[in-house]
Amino acid sequence: MAIAIPIQSSTSGAEAAVRFHGVSKTYRLGDVPVEALKSVSFGIPPQRFSMILGPSGSGKSTLLNLIGCLDRPTAGVLEIGGEKIGAKSDDELSEFRARKIGFIFQNFNLIPVLSAYENVEYPLVLLGVRPTERKRRTLEILKSVGLVEHRNHRPNQLSGGQKQRVAIARALVKGPTLVLADEPTANLDSQTGAAIIDLMRQVQHEHGATFVFSTHDPQLISHAEEVFSIRDGELLEHRTAHS
Amino acid sequence: MSTIKIAARNITRNVRRSVMTISAIAIGAMATLVFGAFVSEIFVQIETQNVVRSGHLAIYREGYFKYGSGNPAAYGIPHYETVLQLVKDDPVLKPLINVVTPTVNLFGIAGNFESDASKTFMGLGVIPKDYNRMHEWDEHQIRAQLREVDAPLNELDETHGFVGVGLGRILRLCGALKIADCPNTALPQDDANGAGPSVPAKRDFAGLKDSGEGSTQQSGQSHVPRLDLLAATSAGAPNVVNFYVDAAVAQGVKELDDAFVVMNFHLAQQLLYGRGEKKAVGIVLQLHRTEDIDAAKRRIEGLIQSKGLDLEVRELKELQPFYRQVIGMMSAIFSFISLVMVVIVLFTVVNTMSMSVMERTPEIGTLRAIGVRKLGITRQFVAEGLLLGLIGATIGLLLGFVLNYLINHSGLTWQPPGSASPVPLLVRENEIAPLAGIIWISLAIVAVIAAWLPARRGARLTIVDALGHV
Ligand SMILES: Nc1ncnc2c1ncn2[C@@H]1O[C@H](COP(=O)(O)OP(=O)(O)OP(=O)(O)O)[C@@H](O)[C@H]1O
Ligand SMILES: [Mg+2]
Repeated sequence: MAIAIPIQSSTSGAEAAVRFHGVSKTYRLGDVPVEALKSVSFGIPPQRFSMILGPSGSGKSTLLNLIGCLDRPTAGVLEIGGEKIGAKSDDELSEFRARKIGFIFQNFNLIPVLSAYENVEYPLVLLGVRPTERKRRTLEILKSVGLVEHRNHRPNQLSGGQKQRVAIARALVKGPTLVLADEPTANLDSQTGAAIIDLMRQVQHEHGATFVFSTHDPQLISHAEEVFSIRDGELLEHRTAHS
Repeated sequence: MSTIKIAARNITRNVRRSVMTISAIAIGAMATLVFGAFVSEIFVQIETQNVVRSGHLAIYREGYFKYGSGNPAAYGIPHYETVLQLVKDDPVLKPLINVVTPTVNLFGIAGNFESDASKTFMGLGVIPKDYNRMHEWDEHQIRAQLREVDAPLNELDETHGFVGVGLGRILRLCGALKIADCPNTALPQDDANGAGPSVPAKRDFAGLKDSGEGSTQQSGQSHVPRLDLLAATSAGAPNVVNFYVDAAVAQGVKELDDAFVVMNFHLAQQLLYGRGEKKAVGIVLQLHRTEDIDAAKRRIEGLIQSKGLDLEVRELKELQPFYRQVIGMMSAIFSFISLVMVVIVLFTVVNTMSMSVMERTPEIGTLRAIGVRKLGITRQFVAEGLLLGLIGATIGLLLGFVLNYLINHSGLTWQPPGSASPVPLLVRENEIAPLAGIIWISLAIVAVIAAWLPARRGARLTIVDALGHV
């Protein structure tokens, strides 16, 4: 069902949710520069379920960290939702992430001292949402990931799959325009992993957010609407699945 | 889900470490409070001991304080009754003053010639009624615990007074004054009527004293040992008076104990001024409250100036250098101990919070990714440090109050510097609430500073590094 599209053509379209203009990222290992991203230019279409596919060390995490405003490019310009993020201060970026971006991590990264409910509620507290509204939204999203009964459990009382579902709820509760997931299934068995991808897909449809998740597992291609293949810090191809 | 609530939960995360940290802070708080209570007990004791004897302020002839004690006769205050009245009638001073009284300070030689003993003495001439009244002073309500430094002075007979224990011993009045620790028992010459030297004094006097209750007043007087006091008058002529020693009273400092004589004001005047004009050397003021010293001093200086008098005012600190020195020394020790405690608490909290920040680095990365600002991270860790500090300080202060109570009821004794015998080990339980408050707040501030250093380090980590840190 998927057809390959030449890279050049995929960079067109001003309505992209995320747009890279010659973005490079170079790390320094001592005196040795490591080029994790080599001047990539492309766009990620909005409100789609996109996948970044590449082997270990190809630059997936580097790419997602830049999209998530967790890191700054060494060169080039990055636009998210039409905003150039390069000029923003640290506090402005924090604010931007708090409002617009949801994160799902490989290691779940729940706050251990907070219950499932409190973990999900936390981003709303950060945004200053009123308590009644907070409660309504938190319970609603917990229901849609199927964890209302486990809402008072601490993370260490949950299974890996359950933790990741809490993390999905936490990423989505504030209604972000962009949700990023760096290898969300890497720490899960394949069955649970597939279930998590399905759940992500489902909530993406319900919320209409732009989803970007990364994986090294080519078997997950069938779940994605857009697939960006990268290798050695370069974009190999962009394929769009037409359902 | 406030910052404090999250902080509280994080504290319970590593119970052992939190307990150790809280213990260190608590011990610091407790030690500081108990030592502070001990120091403030010493302060009020010394203050009381000095105030009952010397009052708070003394008015002298200009120059007496610096040059005059070598020649008190030359620096007398003429017409001292007028000055006395001026102070007594002042509407500002009136409510502040407990006692205002003239004194004579003098030097001379005290001789018990019947036993061939003599010694230079330092005399204080006071009005017995005022002197006894000054000894009632008890602003801090600790007189009951204090070792008695002075005996009440005979208000009826001008020739009676008392001496320091050391002076009594030197002048061989051991038996008569029931002085303990006299290796060579006293000779019996201290009887004014001159009993035979062959009669052992101890037995003689013990017998007389014990049966003294049955005898008349007059015969009682004859048992009181007599000294001859010799001094130079203002005119330079030698002058002698008879002096009857009612008691020997231990003075804290040996030099004083070996020389001190307290006598009636009029007897001292007679000794110092002979047939000349009777003056006073000082006018002593005892206030109701020590804290009024500055106000009273300023007022008296104003009076002196407006009347153009040739007088000066000196306060407690100047009159009793020992008082100032002890306070200075104890304050220095207390400051040092407090500083050590602060350093210990600082290092403990820095260490605990550093470990906490290190362990929770991925958590910091997560929170930053979710949108928490650097300041928010710092605030979270500082809240935890503050909470540790406050819990530790609160527990420590409560333990400190308990320990203070136990010390005061333990019957422990100690021997303070300058004291001849052990005294009860006491700490101040009243009036230390401000000290406790200061300790509480200081430890909170120290904990905040200590937590802030590692917290800031955590907040400044790059997000990607923090997230990648496993
Ligand atoms: N902090 C860093 N310092 C130095 N080099 C780094 C750093 N982070 C990543 N790299 C290098 O950059 C390249 C891309 O790394 P990145 O983590 O983006 O790859 P990845 O596709 O996410 O790999 P994986 O599947 O193993 O997570 C790799 O060669 C990696 O060694
Ligand atoms: Mg990666």
